[in-house]
Amino acid sequence: MDSPSTIDTLRTLVPAASFEAGSSVDFQTIYVPSDRLVDTCLALRDSPALGFNVLVEITAADFWPREPRFEVVYHLLSVSNRTRLRLKVRVRGDASVPTVQSVWRGAGWPEREVWDMFGIVFDGHGDLRRLLMPEDWEGHPARKDYPVQIQKAAQTYQPLEVSEEEFRANIARDREKRWGSREA
Amino acid sequence: MTVNMGPQHPSTHGVLRLVLELDGEVIQSVMPTIGYLHTGIEKTAEQKKWQQVIPLVERMDYLAAQSNSLAYALSVEKLLGLEMPQRVRDIRVLIAELQRLASHLIWLGTHAMEIGAVSMLFYAIRERELLLNINELIAGFRFFPSYIRIGGLREDLARGFHDAVNAFLDRFPTKIDEFERLLTKNDIFRRRTEGVGVVALDDAFAWGLVGPIARAAGSDYDVRKYFPYSGYETYDFVVPTAIEGDVYARYRVRIAEMRQSVAICKQAIGRITPTGAWACNDTRVVPPPKDKVYTGMEALIQHFLIYSQGFTVPAGEAYVPVEGPRGEHGCYVVSDGGNRPWRVKMRAPSFMAIQALPTLVQGGLIADLVAVIGSNDVVMGDCDR
Repeated sequence: MDSPSTIDTLRTLVPAASFEAGSSVDFQTIYVPSDRLVDTCLALRDSPALGFNVLVEITAADFWPREPRFEVVYHLLSVSNRTRLRLKVRVRGDASVPTVQSVWRGAGWPEREVWDMFGIVFDGHGDLRRLLMPEDWEGHPARKDYPVQIQKAAQTYQPLEVSEEEFRANIARDREKRWGSREA
Repeated sequence: MTVNMGPQHPSTHGVLRLVLELDGEVIQSVMPTIGYLHTGIEKTAEQKKWQQVIPLVERMDYLAAQSNSLAYALSVEKLLGLEMPQRVRDIRVLIAELQRLASHLIWLGTHAMEIGAVSMLFYAIRERELLLNINELIAGFRFFPSYIRIGGLREDLARGFHDAVNAFLDRFPTKIDEFERLLTKNDIFRRRTEGVGVVALDDAFAWGLVGPIARAAGSDYDVRKYFPYSGYETYDFVVPTAIEGDVYARYRVRIAEMRQSVAICKQAIGRITPTGAWACNDTRVVPPPKDKVYTGMEALIQHFLIYSQGFTVPAGEAYVPVEGPRGEHGCYVVSDGGNRPWRVKMRAPSFMAIQALPTLVQGGLIADLVAVIGSNDVVMGDCDR
């Protein structure tokens, strides 16, 4: 498939969206408006002519201090058509992107990683927690305005302490869960 | 019952923590926690010059170091528009395949050990030692040779390289036969692996599992065939597949891949001359030969510029995938036109494999979890980066 036809097919499949072709040296790049992202991804996956059944990765790049500062990048792969595609969404520093977990199940962790590293919120994700950084970390390290060398005291964690009463209560609870209240 | 497994568990291949919800021995749910090996390599790379990133990315997937650096070098060369001489391409293919063998040997040894065949580890590590010796020969470094550079290779092949590689290639096929005699028809091994951790092809693609896991489920997707790089289209090899999608199928696919890698290596070593071009001619990127640096002013200036300021890469972005031992290994680089990368992102196959782990083991026994982690061949350095 040569490069203009993917975007033309998309324009007929998702007429409401305004797509914009990006320049690239490797394979085709298309800018997608964030409010049409899920429709576009569904069309890309389900149309036989396109058939992008694999989400290779999701990542982002921070172009601070330019606004919109972020570009969220989706690398797609069509195994049947042997083509690759790069989708890009421009995101302002305070804006968010819809999740594409409904299209590709494997999008959950890559989106969590992007949130963890860049602080870009994925609407409707449901499990947007820290993935690579510790849970109590402040800030998003891959942002360009995040300092490169920071001094931060190492966190210490208390070992989990369980009192004897809690321990016995846990055992009783598990036993009840497995065998009902027979032995209680 | 809730059981914590890891982060320091011998079968988690590094520091992976799993919180298991069990009903007796049956797994109800698994919640993986990663990040214990996160070292911020992608952020660090933004502070380094383009060439200085090579040793950094090699430390991501530490069992397949040169698969990382090949992906990174190919991506940056795509941005620079560099074409490599044929000899460099053949040497890179040879090195990538030797790296695949080294990585698969670690996978085979640890995977078999974890499900009871303890002596496999020693057989596998013994063969890997020879591959590490070859690394030492070409670069003086056994694990992270940094031999593949942007613009070619670090230097010409060492004396004795052909002998070392040929000796290994002559010896290794009989060793694969030996491994197979120990495992392929072994009743205990088959009972531990057949029908365990089954993944259907559609699920594998939906979870982004491209590589040996998808090939064991019936796909023939291999980056070397679908999107050839570094001259793979001129090599004669087949892509091994299986249809069962279980742990045993992944074992058979990887063993067959090792035989194919040996075949590719034999073709490559036959094409490589002992001496010849080891880098492209682009003087922006490749430093001039040392004898010219000592005698010529232009060469001295060029040498000084490359080693003090590095080189600039045209603004833009590139993603060139390679077929790593664990699946599609790609490097996404963004340049703003400067002498340092604006963004480096490695597509990590282990990251996707761990994400899909809960669906693979749900409803299975806790002992099967160990088999599935081993057969997914996860490397936490690759996952956490």
